[in-house]
Amino acid sequence: MERKILHADLNNFYASVECLLHPEYRNVPLAVTGDPEKRHGIVLSKNEAAKVLGVKTGEVIWKARQKCGELLCIAPHFDEYMHFSRQMREIYRRYSPRVEPFGLDEAWVDMTESGLALQEAADLFRALAKEELGLTISVGASFNKVFAKLGSDMKKPDGTTVITRENYREKVWPLPVEELLYVGPATKQKLNRVGIMTIGALANADPRALRSMLGKWGDTLGAYARGEDAAPVARTDEVSLVKSVGNSATTPRDLCTEEDVKCLVYLLSESVASRLREQGLEAAVVSISVRDDRLYTYTRQSKLKTPTCLSGVIAQTAMELFLKSYLWNRPVRSLGVACSQLSSAGAERQLSCFDQEERTQEARKNLENTIDGLRRRFGNRVVVRAMMVKSDVAQGDPKRDHVIYPAGFQEKPEFW
Amino acid sequence: MKKVYVRVLAEFDENGMILPRSIRWEDGRRFTVDEVADVRPAASTKVGGSGMRYACRIAGKYVYLFRDRSRWFMEGK
Repeated sequence: MERKILHADLNNFYASVECLLHPEYRNVPLAVTGDPEKRHGIVLSKNEAAKVLGVKTGEVIWKARQKCGELLCIAPHFDEYMHFSRQMREIYRRYSPRVEPFGLDEAWVDMTESGLALQEAADLFRALAKEELGLTISVGASFNKVFAKLGSDMKKPDGTTVITRENYREKVWPLPVEELLYVGPATKQKLNRVGIMTIGALANADPRALRSMLGKWGDTLGAYARGEDAAPVARTDEVSLVKSVGNSATTPRDLCTEEDVKCLVYLLSESVASRLREQGLEAAVVSISVRDDRLYTYTRQSKLKTPTCLSGVIAQTAMELFLKSYLWNRPVRSLGVACSQLSSAGAERQLSCFDQEERTQEARKNLENTIDGLRRRFGNRVVVRAMMVKSDVAQGDPKRDHVIYPAGFQEKPEFW
Repeated sequence: MKKVYVRVLAEFDENGMILPRSIRWEDGRRFTVDEVADVRPAASTKVGGSGMRYACRIAGKYVYLFRDRSRWFMEGK
């Protein structure tokens, strides 16, 4: 049976929630922005009135203000967004057990078993979103996930786009190649250089040429462009398994010394380790992402000998990665620490031959658990490492300030 | 129109269904809910917000009472 897959995207999600809760915002240009004091001053989401004036998601506030002097900038309210996101998923779940969220504002829903036609199913969800939540969604409906996602971008706000085996050549193939899921700026550049500008050109490109240029991704992307994507919509209970835990921060001033970086790495590692312990997880891989003051960004990762949830081990590994890779030509603008290849704490694992090491790790874990307990009761800054006491870069609270970005503009979704 | 949060006396039935029995308006007056005619999730575009919407007969008129998580609100003038 032909699959019926929807991809639904809550339009201008954060801004729409603000406008719903505050009717007085509806007709003024509005942007939900990060905190400029902490240099997170970018547009996270904007309403239609701001969009018309050219305000873009991801843009810095002063640039947005140049286009629109009276732009109203408000701070995000993540608890509200999470609430509405959950409510929306509940609506999808009434009709299908296969609901796969993609960030807070997007989700795939498999409607094959529902007995509804693609158009009917999509229109039903649009109507329910409006009636029950007061929000609009754009829906793409197709026979695979990749085309469904493409379709949800085509009619905004509040529209349905159906892409079938009969019409995908007319609807999808003329689009620029970067509209396809997973074609980022780097891949776009490579494809454009050999004259592949549209999704159609990618679909008809020589598979060998693609493979030599992009590796096995070449095969995958070519197949996506031809509508050959058999990936199932994951059941909700499968997705809830976390793949990675990470934190990143842009500090109030650029980091110029190893000492600065060390402070921030430890601060982030403590937050990551504590979140791992909260979920009963241990990680086998530690990765860092580093961005300098020209916004050049790179990531490095390293596998641990044994999985851990200890901040000391994570921070040391992250620090080694940093020192090995950073040349200090420029100051550091922001840093991220993340852990992946997660397993449940206490699962079977290779023990160390040196028993002493195991015992020290056990003791460290007890110590960190105790600190977690203190922090839960008295706040995250009740116990801090000595090196952070005087440092001005480690004054934040990454665990509490954890910002959730809309899925649409995450550069590295697997990272944060 | 403005959003008016109200104090509500409610009843939980055996199935966990919550039904409002009386409300206290912002000026302190109390009103009995004579009938709940309809219950469904809905948004209030007039005053902003959404939740479980109860269509209630209060003092002879049908009005909407919204339950948004643990707070209740009405559409005031």
